[in-house]
Amino acid sequence: MQPFLTLVRRELGSCYFSLIGYVIVAAVQFLMGLGFMVVLQALNGKPFDKPVTEEFFNNGLFWLVMLLAPPIITMRTYALEKFSGTYETLMTAPVSDLQVVLAKFTGALLFFMSAWLPLLAYPFLLKRFSVDLMPVDTSAVGGTFLGIFLFGAFYIALGCFASALTRSQIIAAMNAFVLGLGLFLLSYLTYVIPPKSGWQSAALQHVSMIEHMKDFTRGVVDTRQVVFYLSLTALFLFLTLRVVESRRWK
Amino acid sequence: MSAAPMIEVENLTKRYAGRAAVRDLTFTVKRGEIVGFLGQNGAGKTTTMRMLSCFMPATSGSARIAGYDVFTQADEVRRRIGYMPEGNPLHIDMRVREYLKFRARLKGLSNTRSRERVDIVTEQCGLGEVAGKVIGTLSGGYRQRVGLADALVHEPELIILDEPTKNLDAHLTRTVRQLIKDVSKDRTVFISSHLLPEVELTCTRVIIIHEGSIRESGTLDELQRKMSSGQQVIAELSASVPDLREAWEHMAEVEHFDISAAEGNFHRCALTPRTGVDLRPQVFELAKQRGWQLRELTRTRHSLEDIFVHVTKKEQEEI
Repeated sequence: MQPFLTLVRRELGSCYFSLIGYVIVAAVQFLMGLGFMVVLQALNGKPFDKPVTEEFFNNGLFWLVMLLAPPIITMRTYALEKFSGTYETLMTAPVSDLQVVLAKFTGALLFFMSAWLPLLAYPFLLKRFSVDLMPVDTSAVGGTFLGIFLFGAFYIALGCFASALTRSQIIAAMNAFVLGLGLFLLSYLTYVIPPKSGWQSAALQHVSMIEHMKDFTRGVVDTRQVVFYLSLTALFLFLTLRVVESRRWK
Repeated sequence: MSAAPMIEVENLTKRYAGRAAVRDLTFTVKRGEIVGFLGQNGAGKTTTMRMLSCFMPATSGSARIAGYDVFTQADEVRRRIGYMPEGNPLHIDMRVREYLKFRARLKGLSNTRSRERVDIVTEQCGLGEVAGKVIGTLSGGYRQRVGLADALVHEPELIILDEPTKNLDAHLTRTVRQLIKDVSKDRTVFISSHLLPEVELTCTRVIIIHEGSIRESGTLDELQRKMSSGQQVIAELSASVPDLREAWEHMAEVEHFDISAAEGNFHRCALTPRTGVDLRPQVFELAKQRGWQLRELTRTRHSLEDIFVHVTKKEQEEI
């Protein structure tokens, strides 16, 4: 346990010590701030017929952050260590491969979640300055953050996997981005394929991240989706572990 | 402390895509020894060290450290070794103290113990002045010391150093070498190098590896003795060439000689003895008997470099 915690601390520390960590935090704040303004303007116009969180989080700006931030956070996890050679000192210390994989994932995920934390202030701002009595539903906020956590865990695991495959941070980030974007774009297939009843559209409905996020932002937590993201996360962590172990196969 | 030798390697082989990087290595390192692992670039030094430090497994053969198998008991082995890989990779964004603390905790030391040990190795490696500095801003010499401090921080029984003085200038090399000598007092050191003086100055025993297999091994004296059959005696005498020629031809122990003119009326003779005998007393006696002046009388001792070149050349000629 001690090596695991030491490594998590180191991973988290390396995010906060580097400029790139602050760039990510700033970018998230900026983009989500823009989204907040859009929501505010819409609120000024007419009352909403759906939760504010849905309007706020299920839009282009949110997905831009969701797709871009994890590859940038995770690109350094393995690629930089392999490039600089510290991977060798790490792997010859008395730590198991599993500990390394889990620690790097946990550190990156904690950092990713911390970048969203300031958003918790937005509901209070809305409450404070709006005449509407109850514009924000607490359960919707909770659901949204659970959604961010699950999407984040999946994308971070994917990013770790991409980083473990290469020595170049750029290639790691590109791979993670392309893989993540590809999976995300599956959501749009539901719009492209005409909505006829059939297993195709049913299947697409089940893997559509936009649909999933819609549920989360409404405060609906569907265990199928929770299991979907947790198992995808586990799958990519497992693949990362295999990549880390693969140095023994050569 | 158990009686098992520090390093026991048997028929260790590593193949990359069919090509053997290391072939059938067998050697033992006793506790307390400082062993130099010498070879040209690409001879298989780093591969061997990576296998010993449990970074990657061998294709076949076995290796044990302090009695623990490096493949099946990797955790036990890792706790007992301090490994500094080639090029001394460090987290350049961390501060020296912070890095050492991180490494100590990673190696399983408790919070208080790690603080104590970090203090000790910082002192030992002369890092006191730079303890608060970011590693990336340090000079090569200091970085090397940080790497060494990291290898020592958990009090390992064995330290494995891969090319510890690579890319350092002469002055820094000397500092680092002294440091290695200092820390080797109470532990075993296994050091690799492609530089001979390095090994010659620091190590008690040498293993020469060439193209993946061991060519020679032994203490420096043993290796020099092994080579002594080819040891020459150089004598400068004031005598004519025919006299000298006649004298050497009658000396039974001389297998081969060369005579060349030297300054004044002296001649320089290079004598190769038949066996490992030392020809110097006989040459001196001869000069005394004949009334020749003797200006120089030396025996060429083979430096490790000669042995190294000899050993690796032999191999190249065979090919």
